[in-house]
Amino acid sequence: MYPASFEYVAVDSAEEAIDSLAEHGDREVTLLAGGHSLLPMMKSGLASPEVVVDLGGVDALSGIERGDDATRINAMTEYAAVADDEGLWSDNPVVPEAAAAIGDVQVRNVGTVGGNVAHSDPAADLPAAMLAADATIHALGPDGEREIPAADFFQAMFTTALADGELLTAIDVPHLGSDDAAAYVKKASPSSGYALVGVAVVLETDGEEIADARVAANGAFDHAMALEPVEEELVGGSLDDESLPERAAGRATDDVESYLVLDDEQASSEYRAHLLEVYAERALETAIDRVGDGSNADG
Amino acid sequence: MTTDTHEITLTVNGTTRELRVEPRTLLIHALRDELGYTGPKVGCETTLCGACTVHVDGKPVKSCTMLAVQADGADVTTVEGLGEADELHPLQTAFQEEHGLQCGYCTPGMLLTALSLLEDEPDPTRAEIREALEGNLCRCTGYQNIVDAVETAAARMNAAEGAD
Ligand SMILES: Cc1cc2nc3c(=O)[nH]c(=O)nc-3n(C[C@H](O)[C@H](O)[C@H](O)COP(=O)(O)OP(=O)(O)OC[C@H]3O[C@@H](n4cnc5c(N)ncnc54)[C@H](O)[C@@H]3O)c2cc1C
Ligand code: FES
Ligand code: FES
Repeated sequence: MYPASFEYVAVDSAEEAIDSLAEHGDREVTLLAGGHSLLPMMKSGLASPEVVVDLGGVDALSGIERGDDATRINAMTEYAAVADDEGLWSDNPVVPEAAAAIGDVQVRNVGTVGGNVAHSDPAADLPAAMLAADATIHALGPDGEREIPAADFFQAMFTTALADGELLTAIDVPHLGSDDAAAYVKKASPSSGYALVGVAVVLETDGEEIADARVAANGAFDHAMALEPVEEELVGGSLDDESLPERAAGRATDDVESYLVLDDEQASSEYRAHLLEVYAERALETAIDRVGDGSNADG
Repeated sequence: MTTDTHEITLTVNGTTRELRVEPRTLLIHALRDELGYTGPKVGCETTLCGACTVHVDGKPVKSCTMLAVQADGADVTTVEGLGEADELHPLQTAFQEEHGLQCGYCTPGMLLTALSLLEDEPDPTRAEIREALEGNLCRCTGYQNIVDAVETAAARMNAAEGAD
């Protein structure tokens, strides 16, 4: 299986990538990051770009930088580096836990955080984690830089707030407070490893009370989405209320028309909706168990 | 459509090789068809089976899903770089002794993924071995003997390390 022929452009900087996208704007041009979504699509003929701009040589787009309030994950950072990053595990484990759940060892060595988020595959793991983390996405385009909250980023299947000619450069993941907790749990597809459903949770607590909650899912809908009714049920609830996870998770599809739940050969929409409730409950229980651990999770 | 070729350099098993490839040439084909390293196998071609696994800059990757141009300048290790016929790597000896293979098609990929595990975690549990080999499929053995082989190799490598 060979991809069709294309023109290959290697760039050294993000600016050069933007210029190259603009220069070839009249042709079908695409960015190449880890290639673990793009190359399978090119090999099967689902994508046949005329120009491929490879970000692999842009060192400045790689690596993890720990700030005081947030950790910056540059776009070309591979999942394996995120899954192994001790700082992230202690500052906001929802992101490394989701990165560690992706594919297999070989996929995690090559796939990139920026590619995953920019591609917005409905069954990818990082989008829900970015929603729960309340991450900020940095984009660079011909008109300069802009910041996009994760909540505004994922719009539809393979569709994000990025404009044509724009590049995702980095993602800022805010740090959790010491009383907060997070979790990502996933039901992987037995064949592909992608998420049949994946649920990401971040809980902010004040004593025994849940002061704020962000719960998001991938796999279930055409794009990663916040589960707002679940969040509503949680906020103001007590960590000691043993029926809370089940009650809140039971509202996972409350606001969602049933036709919006994905239905394919791997799982019917009815089964997916059920999985979503089960995995939401597990994610909530896991996060609640971790409250007070200080470090949130063990890597 | 353009038929431009690109000059790339790959250091395969310590030997630096220069070659010209089309941009669409996959690393697996550059290694097998251009350079003659037939250790890595073409299995599923869909990034699922791991038969094509090689190390790129020290990490296992599926070479059917990487362009050769993406690997320009990289150090590549194929199974040919693991051991010699008369001086096998402890992993290879252990696969032989524990019957960690039948047809052998998955073995080069299994060995390279297992090698990377043992580099990171010299004393893995059986669960860790299974988890690490998740991206390598075997249609023959049922995996049990593969896990045994990796365990045996780990024990021997640790013993040898201790003796040094
Ligand atoms: C066998 C297998 C199993 C997998 N399992 C999972 C899984 O369990 N969970 C999961 O989440 N994913 C999974 N994936 C997908 C994998 O995570 C991909 O790596 C990811 O979807 C895309 O990231 P990439 O770096 O490979 O991007 P590429 O494939 O290089 O790019 C994907 C798309 O995003 C665009 N793009 C890339 N980077 C940027 C950027 N910085 N700015 C703007 N646009 C950009 C590209 O132009 C392209 O259109 C799997 C893939 C394979 C092959
Ligand atoms: S041939 Fe590469 S994963 Fe199967
Ligand atoms: S030994 Fe035949 S596929 Fe593994």
